[in-house]
Amino acid sequence: MTTVNGARERDSPGEFLLRAPAVGPALALVVAVVVFSLSTDTFFDLDNLSTVVQQSLVVGTLALGQTLIILIAGIDLSNASSMVVATLVMAKLAAADTNGFVALLAGVVLTILVGLFIGTLATRVKLPAFIITLGTFTGLTAVAKLIAGGQAVPVGDGLLQWLGTKRYLFGGIPITYGMTLALIMFLVVWYALTKTAWGKHVYAVGNAPESARLSGIKVNRTVLSVYLVGGLCFGIAAWQALGRTPNADPNQFQLGNLDSITAVVLGGTSLFGGRGSVLGTLFGALVVAVLRSGLTQMGVDGNYQDLATGALLIAAVVVDRIARRQQS
Amino acid sequence: MRRRSLTALALAAAVAVTGVGCTAERHWGGSTAKAGSGKAKVGLVTKTDTNPYFVELRNSAAAAAKANGAEFSALAGQFDGDNDGQVRAIENLMQQGVNTILITPSSSTGVLKAIKDARDAGVLVIALDTATDPSDAVDATFATDNFAAGEQQGAYVRAALAGADPKLLMVDGTAGASVDTQRHGGFLKGIGLKDGAPEVKGRTNANGDQSLAQQGMENLLQRTTDLNAVYSMNEPMGRGAYAALKARGVTGQLVVGSIDGGCEGVQNVKDGRLAVTVMQFPRKMAEQGVLAAVDYARTGQKPAGFVNTGSTTITDKPMPGVPSKDTAWGLENCWGGTT
Repeated sequence: MTTVNGARERDSPGEFLLRAPAVGPALALVVAVVVFSLSTDTFFDLDNLSTVVQQSLVVGTLALGQTLIILIAGIDLSNASSMVVATLVMAKLAAADTNGFVALLAGVVLTILVGLFIGTLATRVKLPAFIITLGTFTGLTAVAKLIAGGQAVPVGDGLLQWLGTKRYLFGGIPITYGMTLALIMFLVVWYALTKTAWGKHVYAVGNAPESARLSGIKVNRTVLSVYLVGGLCFGIAAWQALGRTPNADPNQFQLGNLDSITAVVLGGTSLFGGRGSVLGTLFGALVVAVLRSGLTQMGVDGNYQDLATGALLIAAVVVDRIARRQQS
Repeated sequence: MRRRSLTALALAAAVAVTGVGCTAERHWGGSTAKAGSGKAKVGLVTKTDTNPYFVELRNSAAAAAKANGAEFSALAGQFDGDNDGQVRAIENLMQQGVNTILITPSSSTGVLKAIKDARDAGVLVIALDTATDPSDAVDATFATDNFAAGEQQGAYVRAALAGADPKLLMVDGTAGASVDTQRHGGFLKGIGLKDGAPEVKGRTNANGDQSLAQQGMENLLQRTTDLNAVYSMNEPMGRGAYAALKARGVTGQLVVGSIDGGCEGVQNVKDGRLAVTVMQFPRKMAEQGVLAAVDYARTGQKPAGFVNTGSTTITDKPMPGVPSKDTAWGLENCWGGTT
């Protein structure tokens, strides 16, 4: 807050964005929805809006875990490959007549173990997260291909498809259990980040790990916990993916890691850590899906859609930079 | 103490991994075997090693090599479009001293320089599955005529519409990839339309990814559900498109076509998810490629030109004027496996 002659000034736009980083992406989302609703007669339709949300569930759930990791100034390049391995483990187990719940649990435990591995290397050996997860990304991609052996694995189990197949109507909008679960997850993480000591530790560690340590925060324990929660999110993203496409394929989601980072950054979370919110990430993931859906309905070529997404991403980082400069 | 031992462990692991990489690359050694020396050393470079189609190609080539007493080594790019990975694979095979390279080029132009270097060194290079541009950049091409395969799909869909005007949605593969472009063009010729015709109600690129095809089709269906035909460039994308069509409840009015002839795809035709698929024959490509390599090693004779390994329309609802086989025949001749 700047003061001139002792009088409080109104927030500059930059300061406002710093205090409420989810406002920018929320605005972008609203603008996109309004523009597409006005420019096509098909976009604003309850079924379509529901579809767009369903399209963003997998990347959104990946991005939820990614947000926590980026908040502590880390990064996870292997989240999508860990998720793909989990879908294959779940599908293979289910195909071998394992109980659906056991298969699901095995996949989720696997992604948590990957989180434990990354977190341990990050805290004990002090390797940069970028390098660790680059390695796990390459390794897990290979593991996925080895498990699959060149064959995609169709999923017949009801529980594994449950997030995509079960739906109910809420105010006329078709809601899948996958959407419900994602909403609950976002709420839980939002609560944990904003209302608990753990959340304050996460922000503190991301802002200045040394100060956090000096003020008595167990930095390593916080970092490890973030990678474990991240792993849980990626396991649930695997469940979401099987709900959307009941077919585990090692060639899917090759860019899922980057898509999740895109959603986080579009959501206003700073890549330098310590600033951002899961609410922003929710909007960030939705903006990408809205752009794809709206531009397709306008008949825009796929390459131009990528171009638009890239431009928006750079704009988001520019806004983050300007906001930070105004703060300092 | 503990930290130091962990670091040492990580280092040891890194050294071990690197060591394995070396031995894998060096197990033949030596210089390029000369033609006429009798011993065929065949190297295969596929686009990836994960797609069931390329797995079939690789396994068939390995079996044919074994049956003919040829040495065999298979390498692959890491993803479809990985030109750099394929160039490295060619260099590796040269290092191993092969006298024939069979390659499914990731892009029709991306690996031409490496192919030229190989040919200049006396290696016979045969393109499998995908032609190069220009086609004489390799000694010979054993492949499906993808334009013809697309045309067969288009002709079937046209016939199945029984005189109705086509209202078509198209699920394409990767923009600019030669096979994808040929199938797309062939389909349009077969159904009797031109690119940009008003009968084409929309198209989406899905890069061969089932989940992307599903998303793309969901978005297209929001634009229009007034359609009677769907083109898909391959079967995984056909399945993705079908999922979106089914969720929208418009499958009853539709003819959905695809190309590939994977066992899962033929099963999809049998189940009625796809009305038709066009089968290609990777086994033939691989076997003929290896036989040509053996012949070259013995006699120095090189094959030349484009050899069409054929494609067959698979459907359980045959249409007059469109030759086809049923899914029972398809399941006997498909590649990959049903899981």
